[in-house]
Parts: sequence; C-alpha cells; structure tokens
Amino acid sequence: MNKLIVTPSPHDENYTKTTTIMLNVIIALLPTLAAGVWYFGPRAISVTAVTVASCILFEWGCRILMKRENTITDLSAVVTGVILAMNLPVTLPYWMAVIGAFVAIVVVKQLFGGLGQNFANPAVTARIVLMVSFPAAMTNWIAPKAEYDAVSSATPLALGEGAELPSYAELFFGNTGGCLGETCALALLIGGLYLAARRIISLAAPVSFIGSLAALSVIAGEDPLYQILAGGVFLGAFFMATDYATTPITTKGKIVFGLGCGVITFVIRNFGSYPEGVSFSILLMNILTPYIEQLTRTKPLGAKEAVKNEG
Amino acid sequence: MKKLNGIRLNHRKNTENSPTVNAPVPEKVRIPMLMNMGAACLPLVKVGDEVKVGQKIGDSDVPFSVPVHSGVSGRVISICKYRTAVGTLCDIVEIETDGLQTPCESVKPPVITDKESLVRAVRESGLCGLGGAGFPTHIKLNAKNPIDTLVINGAECEPYITSDYREMIESADDVIGGIRLIMKNLGIRSAKLAIEANKPDAIRKFTDMTNNDDSIDVVELPPLYPQGAEKVIIYNSTGRIVGEGELPADKGVIVINISTVGFIHRYSQTGMPLVSRRLTIDGNAVREPKNVRAVVGTPFRELLEFCNADIDSIIKLIGGGPMMGMSVPDIDMPVIKTSNALLAINRFDMRKPSACIRCGRCVKACPVNLMPAEIDKAYRIRDIEDLKSLKVMLCMNCGSCTYVCPANRNLAETNQLAKALIPRN
Repeated sequence: MNKLIVTPSPHDENYTKTTTIMLNVIIALLPTLAAGVWYFGPRAISVTAVTVASCILFEWGCRILMKRENTITDLSAVVTGVILAMNLPVTLPYWMAVIGAFVAIVVVKQLFGGLGQNFANPAVTARIVLMVSFPAAMTNWIAPKAEYDAVSSATPLALGEGAELPSYAELFFGNTGGCLGETCALALLIGGLYLAARRIISLAAPVSFIGSLAALSVIAGEDPLYQILAGGVFLGAFFMATDYATTPITTKGKIVFGLGCGVITFVIRNFGSYPEGVSFSILLMNILTPYIEQLTRTKPLGAKEAVKNEG
Repeated sequence: MKKLNGIRLNHRKNTENSPTVNAPVPEKVRIPMLMNMGAACLPLVKVGDEVKVGQKIGDSDVPFSVPVHSGVSGRVISICKYRTAVGTLCDIVEIETDGLQTPCESVKPPVITDKESLVRAVRESGLCGLGGAGFPTHIKLNAKNPIDTLVINGAECEPYITSDYREMIESADDVIGGIRLIMKNLGIRSAKLAIEANKPDAIRKFTDMTNNDDSIDVVELPPLYPQGAEKVIIYNSTGRIVGEGELPADKGVIVINISTVGFIHRYSQTGMPLVSRRLTIDGNAVREPKNVRAVVGTPFRELLEFCNADIDSIIKLIGGGPMMGMSVPDIDMPVIKTSNALLAINRFDMRKPSACIRCGRCVKACPVNLMPAEIDKAYRIRDIEDLKSLKVMLCMNCGSCTYVCPANRNLAETNQLAKALIPRN
C-alpha cells in the first residue's frame, strides 16, 4: 500500500528562489567591485570582505540569540555586506566598517524581524549612521589609481566653484573620487541592466529616479548629465531604490518612489548642507513606502469599487 | 484592451500525439453518488440488483444535481459511504462486472427541439463540466439572463493534460455539432471557440471547419497560464469583465468546456449517458503515458498498471493538472466524471516557506490583479476588513502566486483560508 503525499495545489514550482535572487544581485555587483579594485586598489576587496564577513556573522549571531531558524544561507546578508562596502570610502578603517555592518544587520534588519521586514534599507542607513558619526573618515576620498593614502581628493559634487570638474568620460568610467562602488556608472549600469534582464528588478524606480533628477537639473539650469553621473545616483538607483523590502511592490508605487528620490536628492544637493543627498533621499522614501503602498494598490479585475484601506 | 497577467509554464504535453485507447473494463467498479459540484444522488439500486451499461443508478430531487449511470453491466455487490476528494460524504455503489457490457434498453437518442428539452436531456445524460470543476451543465444552459455568446473553453492551460486536445483532434465534428446544437436551441448568435496558442493543429483544424460560418469564431489565446480560467477566457475572447459576485450569464456569456460540448453532441446522437471519459495518464512514475478512455468508477490503480507505471515508486498522485489538480490520497480511488488527468509522481519536495521578501512576483503573476503578498500579511493578523478591500474573494485558486513565490510561501492556499474568514452576506 502506497503512502501518498497530500498537499494543496499547486504541486509544481518555479526554480527561482530567494537564494537565486540574492546570488544574482551579488553577480550584478561584481563589475562594480572590480571597478573599485581597478581605481582604488586591493583594499577595496579587503573592505568588502570585512563588511560581508561581519554581516554574515551578525546575522548568524542574531538568529541564534533570537532562537530563530538560521537564514545566512539565503545570501541576503552577503548582499547587504557587498552593497554596504560599495557605499564606503576605500580608506575607511575596518572597525568602522564593522560598525556599519552592525547597524545594517542588527539594528535595521534583524531588530525589525529579519529579511523582508525591515522598513529602511540596511546599507543606506548604515552609510548615514557612519557619515554622521565619522564625518572625516567617511569623506576621506583618495584619487583614483593613487597609492593608498597618497593623494586625497574630493567627490565631484563637493568641488567648489572654479575647481576643475572631471569630464563625462571620467565620471562614466569611474575615474574620480568617491565611495569604492559608486564612481563607475558603467559598471553599475551593467549590473542594473543584468538584473533587469533576469527580471530580478524592475527599471521603474531607477528610471524615474534618474529621470526626475535630470529633469529638475535642467529646470534649475544645471548640467543634467553631470548631476546624474556624479555621486551615488547610479548605485542608489539600481541597487538601493530597487530593494524589495523597502520599496513599493507595484510598478506605480515604484515610479512614485523613484520620483521622490530624484526630488529629494535634488533638494539636498542644492539647498542642504551635505554635498550629496542620494542616501537621505532613499531613506526618506523608505519611510514613506507604506503610505505609497496604500495608495498604489492594484485594481483587481472585476472589482466593484476602488480598493482602499482605512486601517 | 489591457492584457491580463499570466505565467509561462513548461507545457509538458507529452501525450498530445497519443490517440485515445480504451482502458480494459475492470472486474469491479466503484461509482460515487457525487462527482460534480452540487448535491449528492441517492442510489436507485440495491445490493444484488443487475445493472446494464447506461442504466441510471443514482438521482436526486435537488435541481443542482446530476444523475449517475453505470458504465458496466453486472451486479451491485455493495453500497457504502465514501468520502470524495473534496471531503464530502456520499454513497458509493460497487458493481461486479459480467464482462458482457450489455447496453441498457433505456439508452436511446433524446428528442431535442428547444431550450427546455435540451436542458432536460443534458441533465438526464448525467453531464457535468468535464474540464475539472464539474459544474452541472444543465444549470449553465438554463440561464435566466439572455445569452448572446457561447464561449467554448479549449484552453487546456494546465501542463501535461491533453484530453481536451485529443477531443479536438479526434472528435472535431462532435465539437462543432455540439456548438451548433446549443446555439440553435438557446438562440445564441455567436460562439467563440477559444484555444491556447500551443495547440496550432487544433486551431488550424477548427479555423478550416468554420471558414464559412460567421457565427463561430476561433480565438487564439496567448500561451500563458491560466487561459482556461472562466473570467480570463471570457475577457480574452469577448472583452467582457465578469465582476465580483457575478456569473458569466450576467454578462450574456456561458462558458462550456470543449469535451463537454463534444459529449452533448454524441449524447444527442446515441443517448448513451456520461459513463466513461478520456483522461491523460502521465507523470514521471508512468513509463507509458497515454490518453485512455476509462469507465467511470475504474480504480486509478488499474489505469496506472495499464500505462505501465512503477506503482511502488509513486509518492504522490494528482487528479487533474499540477497547478489546480487535487492530491489523490488513495491509489484505489475511482475515476470520476471530472477526472481529466491522473499524474503519478515519484519525486516531490515539500515546500519550506521562508520570509516574504516582497519581490512582487505574486502580484505580477495574478491574472486578476490581486496582491497575494498583501493578502498573506492581512490574513496573518486576521484583518478581515483589509482582506475584503484586497478582494480576496476574486481569487480562483489558479496557483500562479504559489508557483512563482521564491520564498515558497503557500499564497494560493492562504487565499482560500482567508476567504473562509469573510462572512457571507
């Protein structure tokens, strides 16, 4: 007599799993990491190794302390570690990178319930915490292709009036000062398009983010190409404004999210005391995400009245 | 016209070129008194009675029911209680066959002249929808609202199943005959014969057959699951939207499965009630996948043996397709009127749900634009108001959300549990 397994339908499943998705994000970040090594030297690898290792360790420790099933094999902690490293200057002391990983994994992710439950992007929040805690170390840029610690440099957005601005090509290929993973727009674009082609991310948020920033720059009489290529716009748009947990689910919601990021980035860059506003814009829009979600729910086929929730 | 969401599945139509073969008449058949949506019948026979092929052995006074007939000649050896796959308790009549297959004298072609006689004949034939859900066909045909369009469901969108496809290839004349019979007696002016694009031979065949008939259109459906879902096929073939709480008839449409319509024509010619049906036997434990015609009541085990399945290796049996079919708990359960396929599986990993990563794949997959991830969240905190505003009642359990979920969450199942929380008014 056969013992048969009884389960509810469907009895078949897709092969794309959480781990597959995370692995694809890691693959998409490899060109950016390679660009970081190319321009800023091998320390880019060791900074990344430190953030990844400490993210995994914090995740593992948290799950054990909270007596929850361990989730390090889903690779989400690795993704957070790599993205965090891309947001750091290559010169950052390792212990500060570990603090960043602590903020990202313990404070932002696990204290709010772990994967999918965090309301803010872990890497963005960690970058902001490090930036306000260690402003000098977090803005200690070195010139690309320079000997370690040899020449300090400024990010293109912090250059004062009259300074010689980098060319479009230098910005596009990443030959300029900045965090180790934000300078090379080309590598970020390759990674972003790879994820879009694999249907891991939707281009709705990146396009509306970059598009709205460019449009506002035109209106303000600035150079739109310079504004989108300089600073962390591509890293933010393709890898942080597309984070599943902290951005809206529907395409409409993603567009609103991207628009908001573009507007806030523009406002901070032009009227704020920080030269760069990408991280703050993403964090602020993360906070607005639940409200955007409520207003951008889908309309089911044949639904009688518009879907709304008073809750 | 806005396109509906759908997912791409591996069609695995291994048996599409397997002509239907008759499965041997078993020594014993067990015929449940409930095989369709609706009320169960009471047996009209008692232990010891002789029965013949096509003899009515069960009926009910409830209008939402269809009678049951014997597909074999022989002797009733027991009548006992039986729990159907959906969990309802009914009687089951066990008949020992005599191998003669003597037809019953009562089997003669019905006289069909108008809507009323068609509806009566279809009920007497014991017919319910052959596509899987088993809705009593005579109830559909007896719609109170004026019907202007007949949609024939030839989508067969589930992987593996080819029993409807074989009906199209082997009995195309019956399909067209059945469509014309219904149109004539119900006064319907337009029919849409909707077939999924993965069946080009069937599309070509029916296009040729209906070339000089303006009232029957062949509609090619995109190769996306679930084209066969009633609301989806109505939208994709007529552009009409069947809203919440509405029936297709409210929009002037009735949808009938293609094998069902073929059967109606055969019944009008021969008067032989629904006592056997075609089903696809497939799955990785089946060495010789086939399309078989089996007498209703045949134990699944005998069909699997007939298709040279490795019986000992089977760990899961699915009655129907892998997306919406039901787990069969017992290999000796009988073929019923709605059995369109039997899949025998020898490898199955239980799903281990992990945290929702909010990727939105379920939202993009849902053919009716629901948000399964949000429903899942609302269900976990039992937020009935939010479940209502998320329109969970519109879920038809097609399984697409569960299928695509990278976190292995049982979203479709949760939708059904959530529906049960909403009070009916």
